[in-house]
Amino acid sequence: MTSAPILLDVQNLTVEFMTRRGVVRAVQQVNVSVAKGETVGIVGESGSGKSVTSYAVMRILDRAGRIAEGAITFSGIDVRDAPESEMRDLRGREISMIFQNPRAALNPIRKVGHQIEDVLIEHVQASPSDAREKAIEALRRVRIARPEERYHAYPFELSGGMCQRVVIALALACQPQLLIADEPTTGLDVTTQKAVMDLVVELTRERGMSTILITHDLGLAAAYCDKVVVMEKGKVVEAAPSRDIFKSPQHAYTRKLMRSTPRIGVDLRDLLPEDMPPPAAQVASIDAATDKAPLLVVSNLVKEYPRQGVSGMMAQFFRRKNELPQSDVFRAVDGISFEIRKGESVGLVGESGCGKSTTSMMVMRLLDPTGGMITFDGDDIGAIPAKEFAKLPKRKRIQMVFQDPTDSLNPRFTAVRAIADPIMRLSDIRGRAAVRARCEELAGQVGLPEDLLDRFSHQLSGGQKARVGIARAVALNPELVILDEPTAALDVSVQAVVLNLLQDLKASLGMSYLFVSHDLNVVRLLCDRVIVMRAGKIVEEGLTEEVMSDPKTGYTRELLAAIPHPPL
Amino acid sequence: MLRQIGKRFATAIPSVIGVIIVTFLLTRVLPGDTAAYFAGPAATPQAIEEIRKTLGLDRPLPEQFVRYVKDLGRGDFGKSLTTGQPVITDIAQRLPASAELTLLGLIISILIAVPLGILAAVKQGSLIDHACRVVATAGVSLPVFFTGLILVYVFYFILGWSPAPLGRLDIYYSTPPHVTGFYLIDSLIAGDPGTFRAALSQLILPAVTLAIFSLAPITRMTRASMLAVLSSDFVRTARASGLSPRRVIVTYAFRNAMLPVVTTLGMVFSFLLGANVLVEKVFAWPGIGSYAIEALIASDFAPIQGFVLTMAILYVLLNLMIDMLYGVIDPRVRLEG
Repeated sequence: MTSAPILLDVQNLTVEFMTRRGVVRAVQQVNVSVAKGETVGIVGESGSGKSVTSYAVMRILDRAGRIAEGAITFSGIDVRDAPESEMRDLRGREISMIFQNPRAALNPIRKVGHQIEDVLIEHVQASPSDAREKAIEALRRVRIARPEERYHAYPFELSGGMCQRVVIALALACQPQLLIADEPTTGLDVTTQKAVMDLVVELTRERGMSTILITHDLGLAAAYCDKVVVMEKGKVVEAAPSRDIFKSPQHAYTRKLMRSTPRIGVDLRDLLPEDMPPPAAQVASIDAATDKAPLLVVSNLVKEYPRQGVSGMMAQFFRRKNELPQSDVFRAVDGISFEIRKGESVGLVGESGCGKSTTSMMVMRLLDPTGGMITFDGDDIGAIPAKEFAKLPKRKRIQMVFQDPTDSLNPRFTAVRAIADPIMRLSDIRGRAAVRARCEELAGQVGLPEDLLDRFSHQLSGGQKARVGIARAVALNPELVILDEPTAALDVSVQAVVLNLLQDLKASLGMSYLFVSHDLNVVRLLCDRVIVMRAGKIVEEGLTEEVMSDPKTGYTRELLAAIPHPPL
Repeated sequence: MLRQIGKRFATAIPSVIGVIIVTFLLTRVLPGDTAAYFAGPAATPQAIEEIRKTLGLDRPLPEQFVRYVKDLGRGDFGKSLTTGQPVITDIAQRLPASAELTLLGLIISILIAVPLGILAAVKQGSLIDHACRVVATAGVSLPVFFTGLILVYVFYFILGWSPAPLGRLDIYYSTPPHVTGFYLIDSLIAGDPGTFRAALSQLILPAVTLAIFSLAPITRMTRASMLAVLSSDFVRTARASGLSPRRVIVTYAFRNAMLPVVTTLGMVFSFLLGANVLVEKVFAWPGIGSYAIEALIASDFAPIQGFVLTMAILYVLLNLMIDMLYGVIDPRVRLEG
């Protein structure tokens, strides 16, 4: 690899952003080089400057940002000082980019085929007469079935994985020499992730292209990259061939990152940094969980939704008589049954759209089931309409931690106000001082420093917001807590700490968890039992260890095989 | 498509029924005695009573309402006591005058405001952005009767460029044969460029007055929604694919930014149509707004009912048009239907 000529060379790059609080250096003295045909991974947590580096290479930094120092050379062209017109030629034709969140990366109101044509015509790779043919060909190359039909599709008509294929087709349409993939699979299911990454690798290999893979996922970087650059707070802390870096990480940050990545054969406690003492709470009570009485019994639960476009009374009225009504409903949850015992954690796993979130919303009593029973501690709570359930004392016995710690907090509330909300509504604690004292006690339990309590959510970090969300959920001493991908939006090192916190809280407060996630690796760490869902049905259920080591169904095996593993 | 339009109409029926009931009740509780006004200041109580009886005002309210609805069903909006004409004839005469004025004002406004808003967003923080802010603020803060009078003063009194602000057409010209009721269009259909020019010169000042007033919401909305779209992911993708700035701004950003602008346009249009009474007064424009005001002052309830009902129906039609425009712009809306 080292003998190949250098395609992209970034030397001492420093990028500055003008902000209200003065100049911020997002990237400092970064050196990265990419040889022809090489795949380089840039790994780091949020705020490490990995995306900014790639935007600087494309020179698409936003208005506030500028390259302050350093040189970027792409096959002999000085990117820093090249005129804008030359950069425009370069973008899309020589260097192209694929993005996180593929659906948002496509123009929502333009047919995907036309979007590919735009790029082809701009770079004179096609004339208006043959653009359509070439766009369809580009779609076919990224293995999109029936490309002639998909040409006319709008992004909202395609799945996330399909959208990412279109973005890849767009990026590769002009046969560029360098592809920058910025978190290309974040937000996609593991199986889709594998398919997309395999496709990228295959297409870039067969054209001898170079790739920069920007990711926070060490496993992904290890599986697909020749060389890995680890970034922390705008600086490169380590750069080495991926084989070496995973075998003998040199920098403390790299080691910390690797430690906190969930992987097979590793216990929850092992994820914490070496210098962090193991928590005092004991894990003794877990074994006893199995023979306790069931806390929640779900039987034959069904949720149906009307299909789009045929809802509403007026629509019924105007529907032609020969149309069949059966096709009007879509079963998101199709007759599932399971139970959760006291003190037990159960993982609910599946890909997006499998009905796991719908199930959790029904158990949480935010959504009314179409059929079936939800029995909580002997009472049928499924029959109580969601609106009324919010007023019942039972409400405080089931609580939830939401997926996005930022979006699930009221931006106008301080942390203490957010935690106090359920206390003031549903508990007997009255009076300012008493509520405040309870909030401080909870903050202590979830490890949130007291001086942060009066901050607003935008003044808190992701991990701190997650703690506020957890404190709010456990404020009423619930018996069942539903965790809806509580760590999906967090960096791995923060995720490790939050998962440990959840485990400790469960032991000390005696709660049961329903952990909803698409990430089997994370579920395995926290749960006693796992339920695997697909298309609204349960395909497999069992003790975590058994399901993980000896999956019974092909689908579970497929899910497990799709997880990228760092070679540790 | 037809089914969708039908569906939209169906959802508008309850609001039209509501409007009928509310306007009926409102005009009945308004102060002022219609019969007394109609009979004149010298009438005896007996004469007033007689008139009340002929107008059916002595009947209980439900009975009056039923009769009113029955008349509506036959297309009879009642008779205006002040003009002595059926309300429907009056409205048919005056609505095109208002509509023509408002439409032209809106078109002028769009032609200036939309490009200005786009420029302000693309060159955020530049001189153009600030200029756009000043123009828009000034336009909306000057009352229309004031800008109207200034325009008349400058262009008629001092410069003498425009004709006297006395209605839709100079008295030397005859009204073009009625086709649409819009003089500009009718005169063109009749092949009469002289009348067209005359109608246009009468129309231009009030239309500009309206345009200046409506500049602000459209410019600000265009700018805000362009800014939001320009910072979105797909514009970044377009830029990263090396598309030209023109393509990025027009095809990618603007079309997406149009949805809120179209919503604003609809609101501005319906607002102007009913609220340009002041402009109509300043320019002696025989529009529907001044008609309604005169009727209101005279406690003449049939024209008021007719006016409100016409406005409600126009509003429903306008919203329908905007919804359909949405569908043209955004395929996601088409699907939901």
